Amino acid sequence: MSERLADWTKGEGAITYQTCTSCGHVQYFHRAFCAACGASGPSEHRASGKGRVYATSLVCRAATPETRAHVPYNILLVDCAEGFRMMAHGENDLAIGDEVDAGFKPFAGKLVPFFTRSR
Amino acid sequence: MSFITGVGLTPYGKHEGSSSLDLMSKAAQAALDDAGLKRSDIDGVLCGYSTVSPHIMLATVFAEHFGIRPSYAHAVQVGGATGLAMTMLAHHLVEAGVARNVLVVAGENRLTGQSRDASIQALAQVGHPDYEVPLGPTIPAYYGLVASRYMHEYGVTEEDLAEFAVLMRAHACTHPGAQFRDPITVADVMASKPVAMPLKLLDCCPVSDGGAAFVISRERTGEAGVRIRGCAQAHTHQHVTAAPGLSELGAEISIARAREATGLAISDVRYAAIYDSFTITLAMLLEDLGLAGRGEAAARVRSGHFGRAGAMPLNTHGGLLSYGHCGVGGAMAHLVEAHLQMTERAANRQVRDASIALLHGDGGVLSSHVSMFLERVR
Repeated sequence: MSERLADWTKGEGAITYQTCTSCGHVQYFHRAFCAACGASGPSEHRASGKGRVYATSLVCRAATPETRAHVPYNILLVDCAEGFRMMAHGENDLAIGDEVDAGFKPFAGKLVPFFTRSR
Repeated sequence: MSFITGVGLTPYGKHEGSSSLDLMSKAAQAALDDAGLKRSDIDGVLCGYSTVSPHIMLATVFAEHFGIRPSYAHAVQVGGATGLAMTMLAHHLVEAGVARNVLVVAGENRLTGQSRDASIQALAQVGHPDYEVPLGPTIPAYYGLVASRYMHEYGVTEEDLAEFAVLMRAHACTHPGAQFRDPITVADVMASKPVAMPLKLLDCCPVSDGGAAFVISRERTGEAGVRIRGCAQAHTHQHVTAAPGLSELGAEISIARAREATGLAISDVRYAAIYDSFTITLAMLLEDLGLAGRGEAAARVRSGHFGRAGAMPLNTHGGLLSYGHCGVGGAMAHLVEAHLQMTERAANRQVRDASIALLHGDGGVLSSHVSMFLERVR
């Protein structure tokens, strides 16, 4: 198994994903095995940060004091170029189908992926 | 064969000073009375969970408190699908001869037992702890994401979604136990405060206190019987990030399995009891289940199809959107109402024919599904 690469969930400005060395399945949530075929040791990769907006929801009512300081914030599902889907933040005016690039922004004490429209 | 021999339901809204156990007990007593059974007749207990009073053994906590010593008891957790999942399990337990009378019960003081923020925050934890929760999503945001995509793919508008809130409110206006009983219009829904776009306050179910219970039995105890004809589940994912495409969601899978198990078709259904945590949930489920064509559910609401006097009366108590949502008990109210309709006890809400009912529950973010057909037998 390749070593685990640090990503935004560990405070690093990066998005990572895994591919199965046996069946080729691509997965975003990190595991020690492939969720499609069960093979162990999927390989780890750093994603390009390029993708397309699949869904959006502008959050206007937050549930904690830390997140409330940020409203409104746009939560996205992004289909990444490498073939996995992820949840992230993005510009408030993004629409479904927009081509986007990932950056990172602090949010409620953590670093989170923030997508902007590709230029 | 199994029968729903009794149902019990409290009003939903504020029950100041009542604990989750109090609300469970109240509903359970009502269900026992309705079934004409005593505590000693109950040999199985299935209960939901309480976010206000979490416990690793809630079924035995309840059984001790209520004063029964069942031969089978445990809690079940499938989010909003819990009520129907428990009913499905009770059906199988009774059919297998494990128990004669299973009490299915849930109740929670979710509104007055904690702050609304605490409630919203607790529920948001159904998200992935590493990949979703740090982004500050809420349950409305998870469903807002699904709604944006559904609207994009099928040309559904915010005004279309608003129709479902208006319909559920119109139904709740005729039920004395409903949390919200002031009529609303599409304009009211559109003007309500944005929560997680495209969902606004009136697209979302409220937080409520309340309790609901049923008894599932091997033998009928009353004259009019309600039989569980058959049921099925489907679980495709937990987190919205990992959800399949809109055309592959679990509702279509579970209804296909339930149709196969019962030999019934959607055209046989006379009454519908469908999960409605948000307007988008109801719109999607109606279309996934085949109760409306793709993108056509709102038009059917406008034409009166889902009204009390329509061809397919839907959630005549007002649903989660207006009767209220107290957690597991929330969607159990749908079954209680279906039972009252099927046994012709729904008073001013009575529909013409509820001989066959379709019930559907959804837990998580369209993650877990239970479809169930009930049939009236005389």
